[in-house]
Amino acid sequence: MDPTDTARPDRYWRAAEPKPSYEAVVVGGGGHGLATAYELAARHGITDVAVLEKGWLAGGNMARNTTIIRSNYLWDESAAIYEHALKLWEGLEEELGTELQFSQRGVMNLSHDVGDVRASKRRLHANRLNGIDAEWLEPDDIVEICPIVNISPDLRYPVLGATFQRRGGTARHDKVAWGYATGADRLGVDIVEHCEVTGFDLDGGRVHGVETTRGTIHAEKVALVAAGHTSALTDMVGLRLPLQSHPLQALVSVLLEPVIDTVVMSNKVHVYVSQADKGELVMGAGIDPYIGYGQRGSFHVIEHQMAAAVELFPIFAHAKLLRTWGGIVDVSPDASPILGLTPIDGLFLNCGWGTGGFKATPASGAVFAATIARDEPHPLARPYALERFTTGALIDEHGAAAVAH
Amino acid sequence: MLLIDCPWCGPRAEVEFRYGGQAHIAYPEDPAALTDQEWADFLFMRDNPKGEFHERWFHTAGCRRWFDVVRDTATYVLRPDPEHDA
Repeated sequence: MDPTDTARPDRYWRAAEPKPSYEAVVVGGGGHGLATAYELAARHGITDVAVLEKGWLAGGNMARNTTIIRSNYLWDESAAIYEHALKLWEGLEEELGTELQFSQRGVMNLSHDVGDVRASKRRLHANRLNGIDAEWLEPDDIVEICPIVNISPDLRYPVLGATFQRRGGTARHDKVAWGYATGADRLGVDIVEHCEVTGFDLDGGRVHGVETTRGTIHAEKVALVAAGHTSALTDMVGLRLPLQSHPLQALVSVLLEPVIDTVVMSNKVHVYVSQADKGELVMGAGIDPYIGYGQRGSFHVIEHQMAAAVELFPIFAHAKLLRTWGGIVDVSPDASPILGLTPIDGLFLNCGWGTGGFKATPASGAVFAATIARDEPHPLARPYALERFTTGALIDEHGAAAVAH
Repeated sequence: MLLIDCPWCGPRAEVEFRYGGQAHIAYPEDPAALTDQEWADFLFMRDNPKGEFHERWFHTAGCRRWFDVVRDTATYVLRPDPEHDA
């Protein structure tokens, strides 16, 4: 099949041919890029927009994540942007006019030692002070909500309690991407797949467009939303970023009858799990420690995560692994995103979401689109400027990121 | 899993090692003389190539020594670092 033949039923989006010029170009057709384009068109009246995707729509990290949504981050800046996202999630099916299998089934973060309990309770109180729902669960409460968790005190790392965010949950990632793509398309946005950016048209410290595998495209606003491949793009314009790209793996089991109707995460023994509507157990763990662009990961990461999963959920010993896959995540030094303007006029940056970008999708799109439209950072984006690595105003969210890196 | 050739112990599995990031990043000779921008560059800015990368590894479970390799981050093929300075 011709890879540029993107014909598909017109209930989705048109397979657009790139025009020579747009008001704005969004580089990256993942969830954040599509949400950005949708928001530009829906909220800011900027409909002369192209989304350029080097592969197929939402075929990178958006197709490879574990679909978890929550806003229980520690710092005020993070609470603000992730809670904004969660509030948008709560109205997103209505907004996009499509079913996203958004399910507020709750997210539980387990604690396994005294230090863990203290850090978790600190985060819980911080969440409450920011108006975010957060509950503390004792082991008995945990098994009431999720009976298959092993709360035996004999575990190597016994379950001492958990934070619980009832408004957290999951959404079907593909449907989210398709929903944004369809919505953006309806508003006039061109979604151009199989179109890789190979260079930038720069003059006098500002950007005027991009070179692509499908020709030159002029635009006075160019927005980079390419996740793990962002530094490959910024290298072309000599912009150095504090990013390292790592493979992050996830896996699913064969289809099973329902055994878990919430999301359970453990940063300490390091596994997180939910069950898809169809029945697969969806599990993830840590990143490979080294830089890697292979969309696969080390097998010992899976072994480690399976050991943790089977100890926490003995019933999982019966499950069989169906498939594993890896996405490439762009990790910043403080485990928080980089969002805003760049030293190059007209060039905007949205990257560094690391291991947890999916949950932020609606807010990422909303605040990035506002930043692009107004040529100044949206108030929620301001703390996430690139300058924080010089000023030292870091937003250290390693603890709340729930993936060791 | 990577098979990493420790210069002192020979080829061993990745799980025996700890990753040390980009190689050849020298500590500033006069840290107090750096501007904030230069300090940020030293602390946070690293190469992130899709291709060959000079990086450091520590043989945690073996000789407990640091060494450098060149690894292709797309193919994961490793070779000894000609500029090895561990």
